[in-house]
Amino acid sequence: MFPESLIIDIATPVTAALENFVAQSGDGFKEASKHVLGVLLLLESALRGAPWWLVILVIAALVFALTRRFAPTVTLAAATFLLGVLGLWDAAMQTLALMIAALIVAVIVGLPLGVLLARHNRLRAFTLPVLDAMQTLPSFVYLVPALLLFGLGKVPALLATVIYALPPIIRLTDLGLRHADPDAVEAADAFGATPTQKLFWVELPLALPSILAGLNQACMMALSMVVVAAMIGARGLGEQVLLGIQRLDTGRALVAGLGIVVLAILLDRLTQATVRAVSAGSK
Amino acid sequence: MSGPPISLSGITVLYGPKPAAAWPRVQAMAREGASIAAIRTATGHVPGLLDATLDLPAGSLCVVMGLSGSGKSTLLRCINRLVTPFAGRVQVGEVDVTALDVAALRAFRRTSAAMVFQHFGLLPRRSALENVAFPLRIAGKPPAAAHDAARAVLARLGLDAVAGEPVEALSAGMKQRVGLARALVTDAPVLLMDEPFGALDPITRRAVQDELKGLQRDLRKTVVVITHDPHEALRLADFIAVVREGRVVQSGAPDALMRAPADDHVAALLAAAQT
Ligand SMILES: Nc1ncnc2c1ncn2[C@@H]1O[C@H](COP(=O)(O)OP(=O)(O)O)[C@@H](O)[C@H]1O
Ligand SMILES: [Mg+2]
Repeated sequence: MFPESLIIDIATPVTAALENFVAQSGDGFKEASKHVLGVLLLLESALRGAPWWLVILVIAALVFALTRRFAPTVTLAAATFLLGVLGLWDAAMQTLALMIAALIVAVIVGLPLGVLLARHNRLRAFTLPVLDAMQTLPSFVYLVPALLLFGLGKVPALLATVIYALPPIIRLTDLGLRHADPDAVEAADAFGATPTQKLFWVELPLALPSILAGLNQACMMALSMVVVAAMIGARGLGEQVLLGIQRLDTGRALVAGLGIVVLAILLDRLTQATVRAVSAGSK
Repeated sequence: MSGPPISLSGITVLYGPKPAAAWPRVQAMAREGASIAAIRTATGHVPGLLDATLDLPAGSLCVVMGLSGSGKSTLLRCINRLVTPFAGRVQVGEVDVTALDVAALRAFRRTSAAMVFQHFGLLPRRSALENVAFPLRIAGKPPAAAHDAARAVLARLGLDAVAGEPVEALSAGMKQRVGLARALVTDAPVLLMDEPFGALDPITRRAVQDELKGLQRDLRKTVVVITHDPHEALRLADFIAVVREGRVVQSGAPDALMRAPADDHVAALLAAAQT
């Protein structure tokens, strides 16, 4: 037995601090959460309200524009169609909306952070382990503070998803910038570019394939959160899985799981096609 | 418009975390004739240049040669201050480059000194035209005017046919011609070239060298070419400077160096060029 006297109680002060924080600024968070919710609901109603064939058409057009090939276009259109056939259309659109919203937030937050890390070695040395920890910490641990701050619903689910999707974007933005052709970066300086011009004209374009690879990984991380997100009110495919578990309805859980796989394939192929389209020819 | 004279006097560059603190020690060791490697080990700082002094004549094609690690790239980068000297003064025509503030330095780079890189330093997914227009675009010229100017330079170098191609699709020789076009587009009177032919195969290298010489006959810029290839130095140079261990050991017209090499190192380098 470990001696009682050597145990340091961290849990109690952390809980107290968080409760204190929620009491003081919880209203502000709830207020902010309303705006986020508004955007998320808009996206969701657009996807759920659109005719099914239009969604499939848009996805097919996107794939074709990126790959210029018929095989992947037809396959991914068929995969989307399959979501409907499995009776998962509405749930899949809910989940897709959450994924898209989470990825947008992750890019808005992660890209500037990646740029910062590429600029400051000390910051990177300190941040990379934190990012590792973020991804390793069991996702349920985030749910408690998210719930306390935002209550049950889509916003804490979005937050939890963003936390998982963020690290690969930060990491691969940083990587892409640090591996940008040094001659091209120096050329920008030599021709009198300002630091901002250098970033937007040279560094980010050179890092783009890497950044998009980060987006691809972020998609996969976000999808791994679908079921957990459903526990705190995200609905969608994750909810179907949860219902299946609660009612010991194997078929239902399996079909919903299949839907998540289809969505994963869809997002993976789409982002990979983007990576390839952007880095076409460059080796 | 002929290029200005360039004068570097007493230039010292110290690479390392605390150049000011290391300087007295570096200076003392240098006075005793210690090698760069010895100074690096003892002080943790690398002198890229050590009290280098060099005068480059106006409007001439100057070649700086030396072994790798001797400080050639550092010297070239002091001229447009991509590397800031720890001590010494760089004068380009009337301009004291070492005294420019950030805004003036940026203006100097946009108008007065263009650069060509060994590995081209182009934007691979952009077209040749966009790459050549790049210096004008960042200087604030509207896209249409910048593209017109870029097209004119590409035509002059016989590159009209590849203007629309993404640079990554071009051969090394074509890439470096685009790099040269980009450096010509601003009409800067000074042209800085860091081993510009180093990544080219021997046949392409000769062709691009000849093109540079042809252009220079009309342009009369002050061109500074870095090379570690003695053959290349003698083919191109109106004026040669030899750098060794961070110092300029000799400079002058090629035949003057040939007649009276300052030391064995210079003699050996020039002898290598004639075999
Ligand atoms: N950024 C840098 N940091 C530390 N040392 C450097 C840096 N750049 C160059 N050096 C060192 O300075 C010396 C001169 O380098 P350089 O000017 O690149 O030589 P060259 O172009 O003749 O090969 C070399 O010993 C090199 O290792
Ligand atoms: Mg060099």
